[in-house]
Amino acid sequence: MTAIAENKPAYDGKVLDLTGKSGARAFKNTLATVLIVLAFAVAMIPLVWILFTVVSKGYHLLLSADWWSQSQRGITVRRAGGGAYHAIMGTLIMALITAVIAVPIAILGAIYLVEYGKGTRAAKVVSFMIDILTGVPSIVAALFVYAVWITVFGFNRVGFAVSLSLVLLMLPVVLRSTEEMLKLVPDELREASYALGVPKWKTILKVVVPTAFGGIITGVMLGLARVMGETAPLLILVGYSKNINLNPFSGFQGALPTMINQDRTELALPNAADRVWAAALTLILLVLALNLLARLIARFSAIKSK
Amino acid sequence: MSSPDGTAPPDRPDGTAAEEAEPKIEDLVHEDAGPTPQFGGLAAEHADHDAAQQPAEVMTESGVEAAGTTTATETGGKLELGPVGHLGDRLFGGLARGSGGLVVLIVAFVGIFLLALAIPALIDDKSNFLFSRIWEPGGDQPRFGIAALFYTTVISSIIAMLIAVPIAIGVALFVTYYAPKRLAAPVAHAVDLLAAVPSIIYGLWGILFFAPILRPVINGLSTALGWIPLFEKPPGDNVGVVFTASVVLAIMILPVVTAISREIFAQTPITHREGALALGATRWEMIRLSVLPYGRSGVVSASMLGLGRALGETVAVLIILSVPNGNDPWNSSIFAGGETFASKIANNAAEFDSPEKTGAYIAAGLVLFVVTFLVNSAARIIVDRSTPGTKRPRRNRRAGAAEGASA
Amino acid sequence: MSVNRLFRVGSVAVASLGVLALSACGSDPEPAGSSSPDSSTSSAGAECPKGTLNAEGSSAQKNAIEEVISKYNEKCADVTVNYNPTGSGAGIKQFNASQVDFAGSDSALKPDEMTAATKRCAGNAAVDLPMVIGPVAIAYNLDGVTKLVLDGPTAAKIFQGTIKTWNDPAIAKLNAGVTLPSAPISVFFRSDESGTTENFTKYLKAAGGGGWTGEPAKKWTGTGAGKEKSAGVAEGVKSSKNSITYVEWSYAVDNKLGVAQIETGSGTPVELSAESAGKALAAAKPAGTGSDLALKLDYATKAPGAYPIILVTYEIACTKGLPAEKTALVKSFLSYFVSKDGQASLTDLNYAPLPAEIQTKVEAAIQAIS
Repeated sequence: MTAIAENKPAYDGKVLDLTGKSGARAFKNTLATVLIVLAFAVAMIPLVWILFTVVSKGYHLLLSADWWSQSQRGITVRRAGGGAYHAIMGTLIMALITAVIAVPIAILGAIYLVEYGKGTRAAKVVSFMIDILTGVPSIVAALFVYAVWITVFGFNRVGFAVSLSLVLLMLPVVLRSTEEMLKLVPDELREASYALGVPKWKTILKVVVPTAFGGIITGVMLGLARVMGETAPLLILVGYSKNINLNPFSGFQGALPTMINQDRTELALPNAADRVWAAALTLILLVLALNLLARLIARFSAIKSK
Repeated sequence: MSSPDGTAPPDRPDGTAAEEAEPKIEDLVHEDAGPTPQFGGLAAEHADHDAAQQPAEVMTESGVEAAGTTTATETGGKLELGPVGHLGDRLFGGLARGSGGLVVLIVAFVGIFLLALAIPALIDDKSNFLFSRIWEPGGDQPRFGIAALFYTTVISSIIAMLIAVPIAIGVALFVTYYAPKRLAAPVAHAVDLLAAVPSIIYGLWGILFFAPILRPVINGLSTALGWIPLFEKPPGDNVGVVFTASVVLAIMILPVVTAISREIFAQTPITHREGALALGATRWEMIRLSVLPYGRSGVVSASMLGLGRALGETVAVLIILSVPNGNDPWNSSIFAGGETFASKIANNAAEFDSPEKTGAYIAAGLVLFVVTFLVNSAARIIVDRSTPGTKRPRRNRRAGAAEGASA
Repeated sequence: MSVNRLFRVGSVAVASLGVLALSACGSDPEPAGSSSPDSSTSSAGAECPKGTLNAEGSSAQKNAIEEVISKYNEKCADVTVNYNPTGSGAGIKQFNASQVDFAGSDSALKPDEMTAATKRCAGNAAVDLPMVIGPVAIAYNLDGVTKLVLDGPTAAKIFQGTIKTWNDPAIAKLNAGVTLPSAPISVFFRSDESGTTENFTKYLKAAGGGGWTGEPAKKWTGTGAGKEKSAGVAEGVKSSKNSITYVEWSYAVDNKLGVAQIETGSGTPVELSAESAGKALAAAKPAGTGSDLALKLDYATKAPGAYPIILVTYEIACTKGLPAEKTALVKSFLSYFVSKDGQASLTDLNYAPLPAEIQTKVEAAIQAIS
């Protein structure tokens, strides 16, 4: 996705190309080139098509201020008008709660793996468990929270329950990326800090984490992007509301994926169809904005060793 | 490191060291001591370290983070320094340990809880859970088995992989070694953007826009290969079939697999590439000799990540796939409908009205969980085995970008 | 470093400002029909409480209840009504689990569901209030065929899978002069548990003359390929030639699908219209006695001009036992729903209004909720 480096070809092979290749080798080379360009072309068709579909069908609703500031209250599928404010806020609130719960656990867990538990059996167990968590499909995470939150505790379906299931999905993503970022922090920094008599915890908080800060933020944003588009937990754990509900602990709450889900059954109706694509585009833009923000933060807080 | 020239200098990024984080002492030591890690005692040590660290790099969930994670480093030998026994240390260390413990607790809790809900239903199950194709949970005589769900889940994901992985490798190679610089970055960003498209949109687009153009493909394939049961097309004009779902799944995982593969290909040490070219290799030979061997483990991991996604995909499959009725004999064809674990659970979420029924679906969810986990573990094992002693150069992605700029 | 930190703080601040700005200006859209002056013509239960009402259930009434909620909010702006069209089964389940305040269901509560509902209503009975009447269309996609006639037995055999091709003599007999393809019939059914399926199979059982072998149920037992929800089957038929399905009328209309006429035995095939659906409804009888409002539909009706495949969506609510504020909300909203105003808004959406006799009974039942 977006955090990946700009991959400019690092090297222009032609400079060193030797002449006098045998026919078979030249043919293979050409064939490979053709196949690779072909693969690229084949891949681009559906990808451009999807993006084009979403953008071309969705953009015009996004141009109106109502889209960003109004709910869908009173707007039936046949009617035009209203906005996605309720769903945008729902998505952001749920994502925020998810982040508030998942990020500290993930960062501290990563600190444990890198700074405290390295090489120990316990750390291996933790690492293994994270791998398991990585493999949990969203629907299973949702089922689990449903079983705990509703079947056992008897609570109502609310946005917070969705956040709980999203935590399960976000935790391993952030933990792994943080772990990798912490590993990148040069040991010289730690050693220098220790040599000055700084206790370990302070070294971690004041030296290690700030050094890896950009990368950690990137990981958090990517984790958020991953969970914001999830539909399955929303379907199972919260009712969809067309009205503005900013309280994640009570009542139905709208979110962009469920807004899409609600109107997708009426795609034959132009107004509903417009909203589906516009909501999809909004979600993509939100994720994109998060990624850009992450990249910006990462760029300006990059580890500078010289 | 499978250095084609055998005499490659330690695989640190060349000329860019100044741009990136300083390598750790141990890394330098290892690298300098073991130029060709395929043999020698050091290789084993490398392998040990890598077994613990490398898979984790690319095994992360969304491909995205792999960007940051293709930079795993060897830190196993770090000295444990720093004062201990300080109150703050005990507190902070406790917090960190607590978080580690919490992760273990969460996973254990999820597992035990799901098992506890599933077991009573499984005990009541009047048919073989693993081998029955019937799904009639609830009632006095609950009978349910996962055979059909398992088949559809696996076959659709495998087809998706067969389509997506070669194309993704092609795209990754194109972006890293073929495309003009001016094209490469926008293409990379466009592909990245697609990973942000919610799966529900892939589903809608798939059934509304894409499925109709797949119809000739389905008809053509079934005409040509219809004598194989796998390609036998049932009568009718239905396009909501396993094949359609597979192709859409392939499109969905393409950005993920591409992103990781691209990242890994780009990190092939320039020395390897130069070495190959210096020996007179064509561009393709250079790729075959240096880039592909270097990136193999990463591509495997990326593919497994994509496979995990395909296995667990819910809404897109739910929208696309038609469900066979209970009367027709079971059809193994990819041109028939079917249900995957995830789509079955989501489609029947409304049915969870009794603990027995809920238990049956949770049992199915558990199987999906186990399958996904096995896939991830398999990826880890494949990576460990296929690349003995391989160690990637220490380099973060910013350095990668810097290298691109400096080239 | 300090510059970095500054920038960091700055970007976080910008981001949070953006969120704040967004949160500051959120509002509900202006009521669409606020210009209509006659919308305040009141009927029973005109008082407007304040609060939020959550409901869930039948997707067959989705368009109807959305319209009514919209109209109701023009009158009672302080009430928020949420309706999740997740399906009748889900509605009853969520109602019984106290997750919603009332449920929408395409079939009346069954005895065991009633037991659970009574428990949810703190020991008081729940009541089935017939509210929305929607015809079910047999929708098809056949090139060049604009008029298709089916009768009960033929439809039953098609959906059972015993009639497999379009040029079957049974279909040809009903459609003299129409060129039917020899292609196999692609049947689409609802893969989720659905009240539409239950009502449609009731029709197939009653009018099918033994052509339908299964029992009426929410889960499909016939032939074909399953698609998720009404939208799924409608889309399936739309995109597949020579296909057929059963779907709420509005979906058939919205997706521009062919709708089969039904030969009920009256001599002339009946076309689906609000009028023909209303005629069948007139034949409906209360299934029980006293306060039980569940309707018994005569699916095998032979009344001339009556379209027999009708679906009644009930709102399921507690007669007693909800907190006072919720009770007031339920009464207020449902009173509006059943009122002339509420019902009148449904005809444009391809539903049929409740007959006056039933409407009066439902109004009385809602007033009795306490």
